[in-house]
Amino acid sequence: MRPIIRVEGLSKLYYLGGSGAAYSTLRETLMESLRKPVRYLRRGNSGSEKLWALSDVSFEVTPGDVVGIIGRNGAGKSTLLKVLSRIVEPTSGRVELYGRVASLLEVGTGFHPELTGRENIYLNGSILGMSRREIETKFDEIVAFAEVEKFIDTPVKRYSSGMYVRLAFAVAAHLEPEILVVDEVLAVGDAAFQKKCLGRMRDVASTGRTVIFVSHNMAAVSSLCTKAMVLWEGKVEYPLGSVEGAVQQYLSQVHQMTKTRLAERTDRQGNGRVRIKDFATFDGQGNELEYLATGQETHFRIYYSSEDTSVQNVAVAIGITSNSGGFVSMLSNQVAGDTFESIARDGYFTCKIKKLPLMPGNYTAGLIIRSNDVILDWIQQAVTIVVEPGDFYGTGRMPPPTHSGVLLEQEWTLNGSRQTDAGKE
Amino acid sequence: MKQTAPQTIPVASAISAENSQASGTTLHLPDEPLVVIQANNKWNLINLSDIWAYRELLFFLTWRDVKVRYKQTLLGAAWAILQPLFMMIIFTIFFGRLAGVDSAGVPYPIFALAGLVPWTFFSNTITASGNSLVGSAHLITKVYFPRLIVPAAAMLAGLVDFVLAFGLLIVLMFYYRVPLTTQVLFLPALVLLTALFGLGVGTWMSALNVKYRDVRFALPFLIQLWLFVSSVILPSSSVPAKWRWVLMFNPMSGIIEGYRAALFGLPFDWPALGVATALTIVMLFYSIYSFGKAERTFADII
Repeated sequence: MRPIIRVEGLSKLYYLGGSGAAYSTLRETLMESLRKPVRYLRRGNSGSEKLWALSDVSFEVTPGDVVGIIGRNGAGKSTLLKVLSRIVEPTSGRVELYGRVASLLEVGTGFHPELTGRENIYLNGSILGMSRREIETKFDEIVAFAEVEKFIDTPVKRYSSGMYVRLAFAVAAHLEPEILVVDEVLAVGDAAFQKKCLGRMRDVASTGRTVIFVSHNMAAVSSLCTKAMVLWEGKVEYPLGSVEGAVQQYLSQVHQMTKTRLAERTDRQGNGRVRIKDFATFDGQGNELEYLATGQETHFRIYYSSEDTSVQNVAVAIGITSNSGGFVSMLSNQVAGDTFESIARDGYFTCKIKKLPLMPGNYTAGLIIRSNDVILDWIQQAVTIVVEPGDFYGTGRMPPPTHSGVLLEQEWTLNGSRQTDAGKE
Repeated sequence: MKQTAPQTIPVASAISAENSQASGTTLHLPDEPLVVIQANNKWNLINLSDIWAYRELLFFLTWRDVKVRYKQTLLGAAWAILQPLFMMIIFTIFFGRLAGVDSAGVPYPIFALAGLVPWTFFSNTITASGNSLVGSAHLITKVYFPRLIVPAAAMLAGLVDFVLAFGLLIVLMFYYRVPLTTQVLFLPALVLLTALFGLGVGTWMSALNVKYRDVRFALPFLIQLWLFVSSVILPSSSVPAKWRWVLMFNPMSGIIEGYRAALFGLPFDWPALGVATALTIVMLFYSIYSFGKAERTFADII
């Protein structure tokens, strides 16, 4: 079958200017143009850093495919979607689209808080490329899907955030383009609504429309997509093919990456006043562990070094995600109520877990250090945590892995006999 | 569906036979791509058919601007009338009474208002259009549509205010018993000229504003200065004949005098109007050209 999307040698170059500001003022430009010749003489043209957000990406999509594009943050997924949606222009390469494209990089694009639900449906629909007639015929369906019938003539600024998202998604869900480009918008709304949206996307695909879907959520990709592709630093790491293969590739990639020493990782964000040096796990007796075990006392240590000792009110967090991409737990000294007013130049934070409630399996943890809500250092997918089976309950028994995400302390009692119940309640 | 061989070798695409699902859909793909995305795709060229295809969006964005503009204001759309009205009163006190400006036999209040109404339209257009792209950053980075629609919608929304203010002018003309002549038939052309010149300047400003946020600060200042050389307060005849040609380089002066001629049955200054029309066309083409050039990078830098 002929492709509906053909992408050939697509590349996109961004200049990360030294100034950092996305836009400039006239004065800066004038000063720049004065300085430029001098700088050329001094050290050649090394003014701005280049970043190939996409480099030489090629693939073809046949009609009816639901393509998952996976990759870490900064792998180029969003840039690819933006190019396909005609929001940014590629630096080189070519894309041919043989169908109408609707892109959904965000729900509720162009929603205006002052306008009513009804007015916003028209506005948003037309921004997403629906014709007025199309909106009119689908209007009732959209309202019903969003479950906001009663508030349709209320300004959306008075909506609850749930209603707002539902309405926004309802409009988007009723787009009927040949090609639907979706960013990770499913991560909004409550679980029931997410399910409804996933169902709606399946419907779209089953009518022979093509969907391009970007996600971190391996579970969503596996259940939704018919093909997948992995991007890595702007390049195609795993060409468009089987979903299982792509997911495997992605997971092993993440695993590979977490083997790099944290101090040497470059994919970090934050101002760098404090830097994460290392991460290690220990048992209750202080023995370093390579693998954790369910139910064991576990200490997580984050080693850091700080530029100076003036950093105040430090917040540290470990975000644990399962391999299917969902968050399992967020460990944070702020949540636990432990405050670190000031820190030494070097040291480590310890987070003690009395009984590790994680089911056996592989997990990924992101590490972040903040100070008064300013990010000092943040490494996403910093380390892999391997949890081996252990005896959490002291009974030698475990729930089946298919039926459990985490283990909870539990105690059971039985109140059954009528005599003991009598008089109560 | 007919199987056609791909025109190019599928580079790095690993669509194996077992994976590509044999969907029995009857989707007919066009032979030519609907859209080709490439670098330098729309160099110096605004795709007019694209804008036509998005005309409904232009309508909805205009409608949104009109609808939202006077939300949560006490006086609502009355502001469209109050702005030029108060300016008229102030000008009448200072220039009409105190300075005794010669207003070609027309009562000074409506002489001033006939200048202020188109001027307000023009200045609102360039302010609103000039800031429109930056104000629509959330749209521009999330969805595709011809970007020129944004400043155009800002201009059209201003047209609604203009019509309201024009109503006030007509009422006052009746009050002062100034008769209308057949020359009012020139008004639509003058409105078009004002709109297009405003759109030209506004579009150019909006593109500049994306790159240089100085525009936001320079624009109000520029508009204030511009008012004084646009024959709003004083007729162009008050400028010594020797220097009047300089005024021709400001299309707004010629246009505003045109409004007065059309409304009050005064003779038209055809050379001034001709130059204004020519400059409007030049401005429009230049701004569309520079907008088209800048459009390609809006989403990257906004």
